[in-house]
Amino acid sequence: MKSYEEVLKECALADERLIVMTAENRAAIRTLPAQLGERFLDVGIAEQTMIGAAAGLALRGRIPIVHALATFLTLRAFEFIRDDVGIPHLPVKLVGGVPGFLSDANGPTHQAVEDISFMRGIPNMQVFAPADMEDLTSTLPAILNSTEPCYIRYPASTPTNIERTSHDIGKTEPIASGSDVVILTYGLLLREAIIARDILEREGISTGILDIRWLKPLDSGVVLDAVGSATLTVTLEDHFITGGLFSILSELLVRQGIMANVLPIALEDRWFKPALLHDVLEYEGFTGKQIAHRIQEYLLGRQLQVTTKYQKVMHHNLKVTVT
Amino acid sequence: MTSGPLSETRNLELKSLALRVREHIIGMATDGGCFIGASLSCADLLVYLYSEVLNISPERVRDPERDYLLLSKGHDVPALYGTLAELGYFPKERLKNHLKTNDAIYWHPNRAVPGVEFHSGSLGHLLSVSIGIAMDIKMRKTDNLVFVILGDGELNEGSIWEGMLTAAAYKLDNLIAIVDRNEFQANIRTEDLIPLEPLAPKFEAMGWNCLRMDGHNFNEMQNTFARFPFLKGRSLKPTVIIADTVRGKGLPSIEKRADRWFVNFTPNEVEMLLEELHGETSAALTSEPLMVR
Repeated sequence: MKSYEEVLKECALADERLIVMTAENRAAIRTLPAQLGERFLDVGIAEQTMIGAAAGLALRGRIPIVHALATFLTLRAFEFIRDDVGIPHLPVKLVGGVPGFLSDANGPTHQAVEDISFMRGIPNMQVFAPADMEDLTSTLPAILNSTEPCYIRYPASTPTNIERTSHDIGKTEPIASGSDVVILTYGLLLREAIIARDILEREGISTGILDIRWLKPLDSGVVLDAVGSATLTVTLEDHFITGGLFSILSELLVRQGIMANVLPIALEDRWFKPALLHDVLEYEGFTGKQIAHRIQEYLLGRQLQVTTKYQKVMHHNLKVTVT
Repeated sequence: MTSGPLSETRNLELKSLALRVREHIIGMATDGGCFIGASLSCADLLVYLYSEVLNISPERVRDPERDYLLLSKGHDVPALYGTLAELGYFPKERLKNHLKTNDAIYWHPNRAVPGVEFHSGSLGHLLSVSIGIAMDIKMRKTDNLVFVILGDGELNEGSIWEGMLTAAAYKLDNLIAIVDRNEFQANIRTEDLIPLEPLAPKFEAMGWNCLRMDGHNFNEMQNTFARFPFLKGRSLKPTVIIADTVRGKGLPSIEKRADRWFVNFTPNEVEMLLEELHGETSAALTSEPLMVR
């Protein structure tokens, strides 16, 4: 599989509109300065200047792809993104590194757990949160060909080994189908969702998964179908509960006048414990096993308000417990 | 860019044009009002730049080889609109639509209006946008220039100094920042809040050429800009020009007044101010002295 920087290099060499920029964060693009020459621009640790300059380049017909840590990009430079990219609707592509739990032990200053909320609030801004490099690199050419501004949550390097059916902008990928529970997730936590599903299925709970990946534009039809065909919908995300996938789903359901059981698994109004990734997941309750447990707890806790379909879930659950 | 001294005839023509631009600005200071102080301080600068310096015309607003001018301190846009209208970028009648929903002319620049390169309003943005434009011009190896008008109060913004470093690092000798040094920010004199002086050494230390001129004297502007090609050829540095100006220039009754930043005059006051502009009676103003936006 080609790396992100290889695909970016190929696209840039084939299309002279593309300008690769960074605010002195070269982790994902180390070989590009030599490959792209003057079409690689490092403005120094100056996220605001990078976004403003990207807007200026876009005014001249370029398509800048800018790189910085997701927090500094979306927060330090937020007003520049809003004013200089959002208002004029310019084709600037924003790549945010180590989003969500991927900031590991850096601490809260580096925790991009509100980036989706901020970026989707900008009119016309697309928001893409792929689960792995394969999805990013396969979708990247379409993103770079589009004239829309786009925020990309740069994924973890660990592959999910999922065969995807589409790499079109705005397409959600159904990973598994299930009639009791459907887990909606994106990015890093897709892997944990798959582990959680295996556990739940073994417990007799039919569990589906949607890799949402495009938070904006949202693949509303697929999402609504999934919500409608399961008893419980779980939103799973390494993001504040405010403004992310749970909010997106809630807005969609209210707008459609649909009642549904929804369990949000997200960061509840606080930053997460800084540590190495696997310890963060464990401490914060986001391992596949913990997620499966939280879903089962929720199903049990709601026992008194169940639908027929839901009772089936509980029946399965109790049966497993008894045996 | 022109060279040689300005002829007396040309100087008078520019003064006449600047007077008409000031009439437009005063005309926009009623029925909702406008940021009159900063608009009047940079009116002569814009008149001079569009008439004598910028390689641009109403027919070439999309020409990639045009010179660019961006207003980073966007609240002085009545001066830009007045200048563009006078020079034929759009019909002067449109200025009467100031703040009206049937047009696109409001308190800050809107690039939907012909001749306006980019919108602004939040301070400290357009130096970096200008840097991007200048970088692209360099890559394409054309000779056009990028001018960006900064307010002196705007120099409080950190993004200006961030951009200064980047522009110097990238040797953007096609970038010219002009500071409208009217010595006021919104509510207070710059030197009474965040002192800027000595200003020129700051820019020079950031790796820029720095020139200083009277921003209301066309002959002095001509002499200053005559030095630019020399600087450009010799230094590979961006250039900043500090234009010493007067807030409210042209209207003695509001000049250098901290409380005449944004105004909304009555139609009668506008009539009096137009007379004052033409050197007749001074205006007796009764409107609220300060409306903070």
